Amino acid sequence: MSHHLVEVRNLRHVYPDGTVALRDVSFRITHGESVAIIGANGAGKSTLLMHLNGYLSPTGGEVRVGDLPFTKRTLPDIRRTVGMVFQDPDDQLFMPTVFEDVAFGPLNLGLSAVEVGERVREALERVGAPHLRERPPYRLSGGEKKRVAIATVLSMAPDILVMDEPTNGLDPLARRRLIELLKEFRHTKIFTSHDLDMVLELCERTIVLHEGEVRADGPTREIFRNDGLLVECSLEKPLSMQGCPVCGDKRGKR
Amino acid sequence: MASIQGTILDFRRLEELAGGDTALHRLDARAKVLSTLAYLLAVVSFDRYALTALFPFFLYPVAILSLGGLPAGYFARKVALILPFALAVGMLNPLFDREVMVRLGPIGVTGGWISCGSIVVRAALTVSAALVLVGVTGFPEICRALERLGAPQAFTVQLLFLYRYIFVLTEVGGRSSRARELRSFGGKGLGIRSYGSLVGHLLLRTWMRAERIHMAMRARGFTGEFHTTAQSRFGIRELLFLLCWSTLFAVLRLRNVPQFLGALVTGPPG
Repeated sequence: MSHHLVEVRNLRHVYPDGTVALRDVSFRITHGESVAIIGANGAGKSTLLMHLNGYLSPTGGEVRVGDLPFTKRTLPDIRRTVGMVFQDPDDQLFMPTVFEDVAFGPLNLGLSAVEVGERVREALERVGAPHLRERPPYRLSGGEKKRVAIATVLSMAPDILVMDEPTNGLDPLARRRLIELLKEFRHTKIFTSHDLDMVLELCERTIVLHEGEVRADGPTREIFRNDGLLVECSLEKPLSMQGCPVCGDKRGKR
Repeated sequence: MASIQGTILDFRRLEELAGGDTALHRLDARAKVLSTLAYLLAVVSFDRYALTALFPFFLYPVAILSLGGLPAGYFARKVALILPFALAVGMLNPLFDREVMVRLGPIGVTGGWISCGSIVVRAALTVSAALVLVGVTGFPEICRALERLGAPQAFTVQLLFLYRYIFVLTEVGGRSSRARELRSFGGKGLGIRSYGSLVGHLLLRTWMRAERIHMAMRARGFTGEFHTTAQSRFGIRELLFLLCWSTLFAVLRLRNVPQFLGALVTGPPG
């Protein structure tokens, strides 16, 4: 049974106030893929993410993770499989200390104290933050918070990592370190981001959402070369694919 | 709002102090919570005109301060901050209760003044005891101790969340307030009306954040029960600590020690 598969079929979501957030979204993400979901504000990215771990239930269509459809019974298993890292780490880090926060998931899975300790140690080491163990989350810098937030998810040993705007609000160095860290992960990865340069570095495949529909789905570089598509979806070519404004190097067709 | 932010920063200092490593800090939190409860019970159960009998109770916060290596000035300032409120509560007593109870030479002290003084002293005692408890234990540990003592989890978890997010909330509130101030150019802005919508927005944002936090918890398998890895245990040292202090409180509560000492010096009254 492969847990690494995410399949979304004709997903439709209408909020109670009548706003249609997703019209008809379908895609299939397979084992080990690293996929970006991009789109303008209000394109439906966040709504889509909330469907990936069953926080919202579809108005129409279906989401499957691995071989499991979303039912009340499979939900705990799905939530363990899909590690969700939220945009604002302050939402994710709610326990008094980093240790307890990283231990929160494993404890909910019912692991023994020894196992939990081991999981926490591994997860914190993985993100390079073992020294933050006893610190309260509100004392951490933005970059540290992000790393710890990732550790809270890694400690549950997920097969799929879903991250909402991972580089949002980070300084350039923290952003660089985070990208390098994410490159090392062998999980199936799904990102939403406005940081298109990060997308170019991390994701071989990109899905463009526009007004609640999949407007394009394909290799990242191809999508970013399609000027018409980018303009239509209120997007812009990543800086690293634009000509250099200082030295006049026109690399537009990289 | 800036001053509120300052106060919160100060609050963090309290948390830092709680990270200390004295014998008192290492004591199981339950012992400290229980003896503080015994203390509070003893202090508030006094008769409304009790005043002199309350003073020996300052021994407890002072002892904890020195044993825990806490800065006395810092705590004294915190307690001083509360006293005006206590005074406001007791202020009307001298007006209503004019019966002279004690004569100090030519001056008659009325029951109202005594009960007012009693309220202020009790406030100082209880607040300082609570503050030093946080100072040697830390708020999260206190919540956990309460839970292990049988307090409902819904209650302790609420407290923990309140504590965690008070920092975030004041930051958000502080930012909104600063934004309002910067655009009101030293004037009143739109006065009370703008505060109304500011508070309303704060509430809505808090609500939205609560929803996101809930989502984050659910995403990590939360089903309504908080699991913890409880480590410390209630041993012989804890028992001794609790017994000694509660016995002392009981004695101080049942015998007016200052009066007793006074009588020893001046001979029996009358």
